[in-house]
Parts: sequence; structure tokens; C-alpha cells
Amino acid sequence: MQQTNTLPASAGEPSPQKGVSTKHSKLRFNLKRMKNDKHLYVLIAPYMLLFFIFTVLPVVMSMLISLTYFNMLEFPRWAGWSNYTRLLLDDDIFLIALKNTLIFAVITGPISYIACFVFAWLINELRPKVRAFMTLVFYAPSISGNIYFVWQIMFSGDSYGIVNGFLMRTGFINEPILWFQNPKYTLMIIIIVQLWLSLGTSFLAFIAGLQTVDKTLFEAGAMDGIRNRWQELWYITLPSMRPQLMFGAVIQITASFAVADVAMNLAGFPSVQYSAHTIVTHLIDYGTIRFEMGYASAIATVLFGIMLCSNLVIQKMLRRVGE
Amino acid sequence: MRLALKFRLSGEKRINRSWQVDLFLFLLLGLFGAFMAIPLIYAINNAFKPLDELFLFPPKIFVRNPTFNNFPDLFHLMAKSWVPFSRYIFNTVFITLVGTVGHVILASAAAYPLAKYNFIGSKTLFSIVVLSLMFSSQVTAIPNYMTMSWLGWIDTYWAIIVPAFAFPLGLYLMKQFIEQIPMALIESAKIDGASEYRVFWTIVMPLVKPAWFTLIILLFQMLWATDGGSFIYSEELKTMHYAMGQIIQGGIARAGIAAAVALLLMSVPMALFVITQSQIIQTMASSGMKE
Repeated sequence: MQQTNTLPASAGEPSPQKGVSTKHSKLRFNLKRMKNDKHLYVLIAPYMLLFFIFTVLPVVMSMLISLTYFNMLEFPRWAGWSNYTRLLLDDDIFLIALKNTLIFAVITGPISYIACFVFAWLINELRPKVRAFMTLVFYAPSISGNIYFVWQIMFSGDSYGIVNGFLMRTGFINEPILWFQNPKYTLMIIIIVQLWLSLGTSFLAFIAGLQTVDKTLFEAGAMDGIRNRWQELWYITLPSMRPQLMFGAVIQITASFAVADVAMNLAGFPSVQYSAHTIVTHLIDYGTIRFEMGYASAIATVLFGIMLCSNLVIQKMLRRVGE
Repeated sequence: MRLALKFRLSGEKRINRSWQVDLFLFLLLGLFGAFMAIPLIYAINNAFKPLDELFLFPPKIFVRNPTFNNFPDLFHLMAKSWVPFSRYIFNTVFITLVGTVGHVILASAAAYPLAKYNFIGSKTLFSIVVLSLMFSSQVTAIPNYMTMSWLGWIDTYWAIIVPAFAFPLGLYLMKQFIEQIPMALIESAKIDGASEYRVFWTIVMPLVKPAWFTLIILLFQMLWATDGGSFIYSEELKTMHYAMGQIIQGGIARAGIAAAVALLLMSVPMALFVITQSQIIQTMASSGMKE
């Protein structure tokens, strides 16, 4: 192969020759460029093929199916917007699910995001060995698989549950509380467990980001009149970490709307008075139990819209950090 | 004074720090650390509790007379079950290993051109990947179920493994990390006559080893925790997490055994993280999203 053919495309984009600015020659030029870069396309092809089949195409399919009546057995029938009108106007349980999901998201999203940052920030000031240990302590719950079932034992409804045992011994209550049978407590416990599980990828990204902040900035800042760690945090640390902060926000927001497994495993499915019912569990109900695929796709599309919009709005807001 | 310095928790002497606030903040950190650790410590202790200690009033977190009986009991119980426990272990290990290795290779191969070259479609493809981080996999679950049934992959390992190959977060992190590799390194290899594939395999791949571990831990914990979902219904293809769920539902008599399985399941990803932590932190430094 000749050297010229393997020249990377990024090594200066060759501009079309003078005088040949017609559409036709531009197309030919693009085709030639693509041919030169064919190795690159071969490298990305396997991943991108699977990515489109299992992530991109499903979003489009979901939107289309949501406009039909489809039960997996008969051919889908066109249904127009009826799935959406039914979902938003007639489905009381969906409204409960929507309310619960928003409560989860509004509480666990920001708290977990701030917790990820604050703990990373504090851990970053520790000695390297202590730092590694504390990182493990905070990160462990999120990688331990389905270990959150231990909360079910801790909040067990009999007096052998450690929380009931503690409250009874200290005299706060006289008889065990049935935590997961009482809608008053279910939501709260799931929020606690969800927060416990939420120091994951973004937490690690923050720890890593803090270690790369330029140390000389702090000295320069001190000379410029930064008096305490809080000013240092706001004027130096946060702005230097903006890229990681944006990344972490995406991960935490997406996760905060996707609450389902914890709710189903701890509170049961369906939960008492739908107290732990979320958009995702509603989706699971219609998609895998009732096989109303059109309706379930409408739920999925609404969830997609909520997740995407809140992410894009928060991204806009985070650009202003430290300004 | 020297003694005080020796017991400082923080690494270096930093400006704008007072020990009073340091102390308060580290106490706060310790408090929340305890909140994070107690359920795990409790789970570990439960695995070594004899039955009478599991149902003690008032309940205790720590074990008093540790026993290893729960582990042999687990294997006795599972030896009697229709599918031997070793089969659940095999299923989980197979799904985890194949899915993780495949993802690391495919995602790295795709990340290298996206990070280092500007070719037609590269920007668009990457922004679609970034956009896909903004919604969770439940959104795509129903069409994916249809795709799987059309491919005939329902009730096979592939329904779990193949979508994991194209996990978006892995590609994103790998691409951000590869961007730091100096272009000169790649170009000099090309002048020596190496093909694009060779450059990827012999130059880029060894350099991004820290990022492998990040992708490995992400995929490993995800696949290790899978219970097969709605894709797998044959008992002999189910995973360890599914088996654990079944044992937990066995109630009081099985409480000790359930705790033993839980300990086995959680210790593997945790051990993996302990070994790879420093490399993962190195990768995460480049995770930032550019505006």
C-alpha cells in the first residue's frame, strides 16, 4: 500500500481543488475520502452495527410501535395517538407511577449527585492509602450486585429486623413496624437504598477529576485573595472539573429516573397501594405481563422524553457553574 | 507538633485549611462511611451466623460464634436441586467473561478511530453515543425483546451477551481516554509501514490498559448481577443471581444459606475493584464531557 493512501484524514483536511466546487465533485471527493478511510470504518463497524441494532433502532421502533395496537401475536394495528391519550388521561396508575418517579428523581438525583461530589472532594484530601480504602467503602455498594436485598433483612417487618430491633430497644416503638406493607415508609426506604447504591461511575469520575486539578492554581488563588476552602471550591475546583461534572450529571440523572429493580425487589411487584410503582415498573407490567406492546412503547417513549429533556436542561445549567 | 503531623489524615499540608474544619469534615465522612459500610458488614457477618443468631432478639450486626456451616449447607441444598449449583456458576461466569472480553475489544476498536481521526460521520456517530447515555436501557427493552425473538435468541446466552458488547458508556470512556495518546506515536508506527489494524492492536491497545480495567469493572458488575431477565426461562441457563433470589424466597430455614450466596456473589466484583482501583481512577480522569 502506498504511503499517501494511509495518511490520516485528520492530518489536515485536504480542501477541494480550486474551481471544482460543484455538488458532483464534492460527492466524489467525499467518496474518495471515505475510501481512503475504509480501515477506520472497518474498525468501528462491529460496535456501531450492534449499537444501532440494540440502542438506536429500538428508540425509533418504540416510537412507531407506540402508535399501534400490538400484542406480539397479531400484526400491529394502527392506533394513532390513542395510546398516549389513554396513558395521560385515563390511566390513574400511570399518574401514580409518574408522581413516584418524579419524587425519586427530584430527591435521589440531586442528592446523589451532590453526595458523589462532596464525598469525592473529602476523600481527595486524605492520604493515598486511606483514600483508596474510603473509595472502596463508598463505591462498594454500587458494584456488589443485588446485595441491596440485605436492606430487606434490615427493615424486616418482625422484631428480628435490625431496624425494628434497634427502635424497640431504644424505646421509640413498642411493636415492630411492617416497613414494606406501609405505603408511608416504602417510598422513603427505597430512596435511602437508592442513595446507598448511587455512588457509582460519577463518584469515580469525580475522584479522578479532583486529582487532575492543577495544584498551582490553589497557590495562585491564595495570592489573589481566596481565604478559605469554600471559596477555593467555588472559584477553582468546580470550574476546573466542569467536564467531569457534566459527565457525572448525565449518569446520575439517567439513573434517578430508572428506579425499578430496587423497588420491585424490596416493596414487591405490584407494591402495596402502588406505593413503589414507577414508570419503569409500569412499563414492565404492560410489556412483559400484559403484552400490550403498543401501550408499553408509549410508556417507554414518554420515559425517553423525560430523561432526555431533563438531561439537556441540566447540561445547560451546569455550563454556568463557577461563573 | 511532629506527633500531630504524623496523625494527620490528609496527604499534604495545604493552604486555606484549618484543623477544626478538617476534623469536622472528616468526622462527617466517617459517619457517612459507616452508613455505607454497615449493610455490607451486616451481610458479611450474616453469612457466618448460625441459625439461632440470625433470629435473635435484640438483633446484632456482628457474629458471636462464627460458623462456616452455611457454605456446605448451600452446596447440599443445591446438590438436591434439579439443576446443580455448578451450572448456575457456569452460566454467570460464561456470560460475564464473554460479554466483558467482547465489549472491551469491540468498544476499543470503535473508540480508536473516533478519538484519533476526523472522518465522514465520526462526529455524528459519537454524538449519538453521548445522547444514548442520557436514557436507560429500559427504554429500548420492548423492541429489543422483539429483535431477540426474531433472531431466535430468546432463551440463549446471546440475548444477554451481544447487547452488552455495544454498551455505550464503555465506548464513551474508552474514546475519551484514547484521545490523550499522542498522535506522533501513531504516525511514527505508520511510517514504519504498520496498517491501521496493526496500530490499533499493537500500539493503542497496550497503551490503554487502564481503560480496559474500567470497561471490565463496568461490564463485569453489570453482567455478574444479571438474573436473565425476561430473556432466559430455561432453568439450566439461569444465573447465580436468579438462584439467590430463589433461595431467599425459601424463607427462614434458608436465611443462612442466602447470606452465604450473597457473600460469594458480592466478593468477586469487590475483589476485582480492589485490584484495579488505581488504573480505573486514571481512566476516569479523562471522562469529562466537552462542551
